[in-house]
Order: sequence, then C-alpha cells, then structure tokens
Amino acid sequence: MSDTITKRQRQRAGGRYGAVGRALGELDDRLGVARGGRTFLDKIFPDHWSFMLGEIALYSFVILLATGVFLALYYVPSSTIVTYHGSYLPLDGMQMTQAYQSSVNLSFAVRAGLLMRQMHHWAADIFIGSMVVHMARVFFTGAFRKPRELNWTIGVTLLTLAIVNGFLGYSLPDDLVSGTGIRIAYSIILSVPLVGTYLAFWVFGGNYPGTVILERFFILHVLVVPGIMLALVTLHLVLLVRQKHTQFPGEGRTEDNVVGSPMFPVFMAKTTGFLFIVAGVTAAMGAFFQINPIWQFGPYDAARISYAVQPDWYMGFLDGALRIFPAWQFHGFGHTIPLEVTIPAVIFPGLVFGLAYAWPALERRVTGDHAMHNLLDRPSDRPKRTAAGVAVLALVSMLFIASSTDVIANYFKVSLNTVLWTMRILVLISPFVAYPIAYKIAKELHETKGAGRRKVTNVVTRTESGEYVAVPAPAYVDDVREELEPTPVPVFIEETEPTGEDDASGGVRVVERD
Amino acid sequence: MSDHEHRTPVSLSGLAADDPHLAPAARNPLLVERVIALSLLLGLVLVVGFGVAYWMNAAPWTLGATMGGGLFFLGTGLVAWGKYLMPKGPFVEERHRLANSEADRDAFAAAIVERGGSVVKRRKVLGGLLGGGLGAFGVVALFPLLRSLGPLPKGTLFHTDWRAGSYAVDQTGRRVHVDDLAVGSIVTVFPEGTENTDRGQAVDQTVLIRISNQNYVTQKGRESWGPMGYIAYSKLCTHLGCPVGLYEQQLQLLVCPCHQSMFNVTNGAIPNFGPAPRPLPQLPLYVDAMGYIRSQSDYHEPVGPGFWERS
Repeated sequence: MSDTITKRQRQRAGGRYGAVGRALGELDDRLGVARGGRTFLDKIFPDHWSFMLGEIALYSFVILLATGVFLALYYVPSSTIVTYHGSYLPLDGMQMTQAYQSSVNLSFAVRAGLLMRQMHHWAADIFIGSMVVHMARVFFTGAFRKPRELNWTIGVTLLTLAIVNGFLGYSLPDDLVSGTGIRIAYSIILSVPLVGTYLAFWVFGGNYPGTVILERFFILHVLVVPGIMLALVTLHLVLLVRQKHTQFPGEGRTEDNVVGSPMFPVFMAKTTGFLFIVAGVTAAMGAFFQINPIWQFGPYDAARISYAVQPDWYMGFLDGALRIFPAWQFHGFGHTIPLEVTIPAVIFPGLVFGLAYAWPALERRVTGDHAMHNLLDRPSDRPKRTAAGVAVLALVSMLFIASSTDVIANYFKVSLNTVLWTMRILVLISPFVAYPIAYKIAKELHETKGAGRRKVTNVVTRTESGEYVAVPAPAYVDDVREELEPTPVPVFIEETEPTGEDDASGGVRVVERD
Repeated sequence: MSDHEHRTPVSLSGLAADDPHLAPAARNPLLVERVIALSLLLGLVLVVGFGVAYWMNAAPWTLGATMGGGLFFLGTGLVAWGKYLMPKGPFVEERHRLANSEADRDAFAAAIVERGGSVVKRRKVLGGLLGGGLGAFGVVALFPLLRSLGPLPKGTLFHTDWRAGSYAVDQTGRRVHVDDLAVGSIVTVFPEGTENTDRGQAVDQTVLIRISNQNYVTQKGRESWGPMGYIAYSKLCTHLGCPVGLYEQQLQLLVCPCHQSMFNVTNGAIPNFGPAPRPLPQLPLYVDAMGYIRSQSDYHEPVGPGFWERS
C-alpha cells in the first residue's frame, strides 16, 4: 500500500486528525516539529528495573522543588531575635531567631505544613540515596564508558551539589542540632591551610556566628544551588536522549540498536505513574515517619549542645571520618595546620569525588579501551572494576557507621575506646578485605556458565501416542543467546528534490508504507 | 505468525495496526482493566479525600495518608496500564552514529583554526590587549566580590572578651559568687555584658567548675589560676568548636558530644580521648574582695579549633 500526498492534501490532512492535527499543523508551520516530534514519540526505552533508580532521583528532585516552594512561602530567613508565643507551649516565652520561630510555626500553625516539611526532608534523603544507588548502577555496569563520560561527570557534580544543598537546607531551621552543624562547617573551612580564616570570614560575614549566615544559606539553598542543579539535570536528560539509553545484552540487542518500549504511550504512562508512586510513598513517609522534630531540639544557642545527635545520612561518612581520625595537628614555622580536620573533612572527600570524576579516563587509560559502548557489562564481567567499586563503597560505609560511635557504645554497653579503635581498624582494612572478596565472587560468577542469565525454557508436549517431546522455547529479548540479525528498519520516509510549483511530489515528502 | 515472530523486536514505524506487537501484554486484558480501574478509582477517592481533609484542617497523618495513598494508587494504575494494556512490543530502534564524517570534522576544525587563526595572527597586539583586559577584569572583579562578603580576620580569632577583672556571669547575667557552686558543680559563664550577645555565646563561653574547696593548681605556672577550687576552661572544643557541654563528674572529664573528645579537668584539660589535638585553654581566675569570681586576664592562647595563623 502506498499513497502520495500533495501540499494541499497535506494541509487538509490535519483534518484527518481533528483539532489535534490542525494544532500540530499550525505548530509545525512555525517550528517544524512534526518529524522530530514523531521521532521523539517513537524513542525506545529499554526495560530493566535498574533503569528506574535514576527516575527515583529525578522524581525526588521534582518533589523537593514542589514542597520547597510551599516551605519558602512560610519560612523567614532571618537571624532577628524574637520571643515565641505560638501554639507549641513548651517553647512559650523563649528567645529564638525568626528562622526557628517560622520553622516551628510551619510545623504547627500552617495547614499541612508539618507534612510538607517532613516530605521535603524525606525527599532530600531519598534523592541523595537514589542518586548514590543510580551512580553505583552506572558504575558497576560500565554505563559511564565512551560516549557517556560527560554525563557521568554531570552526575558526579549533581551528587556533590545535592549533598551541599542538603546540608544548607538542614541548617535553615536554626535549631540546636543544625546550628551545631553550622559551627562544625565553619571550623572545617577555618582548617584550610593558608586561606582558611579568610574563607570562613567571607562565608560567614565575620567571626562565627556572624549575622548573615541564615540569609546566605537561604538564597544558596533555594535559588543558586537548585538553579544550577536544574540546569544540569536538564543537560543530563538531553544527553541521555541524544546518546540514547544503554541496554543489557540479550536476544536481538546489539551495540547499534535499542530494544524496549516506545516513549509514547508506554514509557510515558509507566514513568508518569512512577512519579505518582514516588510522590505517594514520600507523602506517606512524611505523614507517618517523624523526621527532624526541631521543636524538641529547641532554638540554637551557641553555648548549648545536644547529645547523641547524628547528621543526615549523607553527611555521615564525613562525620565518621572526623570522629576516628587521630588528633594530629601540625605546628611549625609559626603556623598551625589542623590535620585532624583538614585530612578527613577536606582532603578525603576531595579524593573520593576526584576519583569518581577521574574514573572514566583512568579506566580508558588502564584498559586501553577507547571503543563506543552501548551494551552494558554485568558486574561480574569486569571483576577488577567491580572490586574497586565495592572497596570504595566498603570504606565509605564503614565511615558512615563510624559516625555513630557514641550510639554504638551506649547501645552495646561497650567502652567508647573499644568502639573507636574497632572502627579505626575496620575503616582501614575494609577496602583491602572487600576488594579480594568482590573480585573472587565476580571472577567465579563470570566463569560459571550461564550464571545470572535467564534459563532457556523448554516446552514439553505430549503427542497423541503418549510420547513426550521437549522443544526449547523461542528466545525472548531478555535471553542472552547469540545475537540475531537486527530487524531492518522499513523505509517509510523519503525526501525528493522540489521540481516545481504544485508538482504532485515537488518539495513534499513521499510517504510509503509497506 | 509464529510465537517466535511475536517476540522478535520490530521497529515501531510503519507497523500495521493489527501487528501482534501492538497488542496488550496482558493475557486477560479484561481482568487487568478491572484491577486498574479499581486502583484508579481508589486513587481518585483518596485524592478527593485529601481535599476534604485539607478543608477540615485534619491532622498531618490524615493529610499524608490521603494524599500519599491517592497518588500511589493513581501511580500504580497508570504503571499497570502502561505495562499490561499498552503495546507490548518489544520494539527496536537503530542507533545512529553520533560522529560526523571526517570531512565534516575537518571543515569544523578548519573554521575555528584557519578562520580564527587568520584573525588572531594578523592582530596579535589586539588579541593580547583584549585577553589581558578581560583577564584583568576577572581577577580584579574577584577581589571586591570576595572582600565585600565579610571583614578580614585580622586578630579577632586570637582574643575573647575576657579582660583583667571581667566578672563571670551566668546565662541570665547573674555574677557568680564564690559561695554559689558546690564542689563538683559546673556552670557556663561569660564575661559580664556579653552573655546575651552572639559573640559572647559563640566565642567567650567558658565552663566554670568547682573542683575542690581550696586553691587548685592544674599545671605548673598556673598556681594562682584556681582560687577556692574554681577553675575555668574555654567551652569551645579544640577540634571543631562544639560546646564541650558534658561533665563527667566522677572521672572529672569534660566531654564534647560532637566527636567524643574528652578533656581531663584536673591537669589543665589535656585531651585523653578523641580527635581534639590540644587542651582547652584555661582562664586565670581570682576571687575579689566581695567574693565574686573574676578573670585575671584574657585567655593566654586562641580558643576553639586550629587555624593557619595560630602559632
């Protein structure tokens, strides 16, 4: 079947699809979107549960923006001291900053305010958590390899910014716990050799605590950092569309194609539904799981402190590093370098994130692999890379656990000294223990035939004579077998040179369908 | 069409309307449709319920349960719709080489190198001047920008507001008298007049401990610093500046709750555990004729965490 459409027919053709067709026609006249739009709707997304992790991160970010706008309507970023006379009686008559007062009012006096606050906090924890897991997926499957190194770099930057913005937001309520966190951040900046005191004074507008820090953190938290992140998230997705998604190897899947569901309607329905699911779960968590009850901590007072307080989970590895690092301070030449702060809180995270940035280039260099990769590795395919990733995760996880030395000591009724030394030893040996174990497991999995792969189904039938016959079932796209020849794309669009006005085919596209 | 053909990925373009790839994935679409309808209906009811709950100013958990449940069931319905009732595929799309041809690349590079080069090479002086001007602007702009963010540290990190003769007052501004504390008691004090200021809270905070009834010497050279058993240390942890707020009376330790540094109050607050690198600075005290606790001078060293300019 084949038909040819003239200009006039094309103009009328919109009529075949009613108002939508006409509207698209008008849009196409001005922007020329019809072809690109159709290609976009036909874009294929491969199906795998692990591709959902990045979606959790994306949708948590959407929830953060939405709930954050709500919070910003009521939060007052001000260090001005006021006396509280609100609905929460235990704080009645207390002196506090307007920031803390507005945060408490947000929790008790504003309709749905507490829900929004808790949703925002949970969404932040989920956001960073899903980013880390998504990053691990990308790392262990080699999705960062050429041509996607730039997107990996954007991702690492997004993670860094998310952690920074999480800390900034955590600080805004100006409660006793977050205020102590700000003080620690000040001291960490102060510890930088040579320029630390200048940096700290510039960030805080003077010696701690200054008078501007909440106002500065606010504008960074609600505008500057999320603005940059929004731009980077957009770029991340644009690159994803441009370079197309990676896929696991399987029946009919090659380096040169993508097998899965089309953007419209299948992927759109699934991913929009998933946005609702993530939002629904976050709302339920905000409703039923209390997080950061600032009214129990009380307003910040530089001379007071709370006990057994841990930061939000993503700061845990830094806090743990600060706890277990020995008290080594350098004195000499008339200067001090607080190594006990600079190494765990400045140099160490710099090395971890620096390694993440450098990894694609390092791997290219070590393996000499400069080829394009659109098919993913299984973690067991690359034992050394997998082991290196597991080693880093083990180290960071141990540091995370070390951020609760006091709680562990209290809970298990052991001395703090025992816990400290245990954690020091665990942190030091964990990468060296994790590496060979992960390497060995990956290696053996890789060498086991068919490990981690879908088993071939056999269809057993009984013939009329009672004989059983087993026939291997036809291959499905998730089955890893020998690659089939990719199905050729049917030719359906051809462009011809314009030959003249009102020529039957001049300047229009000949559409052929078979 | 054989089962095998059903399962082979095909291109979406130009697919006949009755192609089995466009059929829903569900084996029993009618049943699935009913389940999805139920999920969406539940979502709709809960979302309306959320509106009602908000209108009636219900408790946060009612709001969260209705909103969360509503969104969740709308989401599961939509996901199931996409997964079971929409074209099951699988579909395939070709990747197109991102890289352009050698000729295209050369043309691009040539435009930059040759065209740009010819412009710059012939006007080296202009290029240098423009580059120099922009570079200078970048550097010069950086300084006022940074400088306007806050004052220079100068000597402010080296001093507190404790002076010779400052009265030690508690957080309410009451002067501490020698009879106020029993042995083993502790109070946070400030130099009089700073107890309600940010700086007083942040920098001058000092723990005053009554460790005995008689003059107490923590270290050699500090013979007169602990009159009537009163000794005072900066409350700022030398690790990261948290208030050293816990006093373990029996072991006579000051503990920082942030990172568990412990300071022995009997020997000049030398740290015996944790990451703090230096003792807490001790404030020399005296008891005046009226019996009030006062400071002999400022601390003899900077308080709080370490920094570059500190010797």
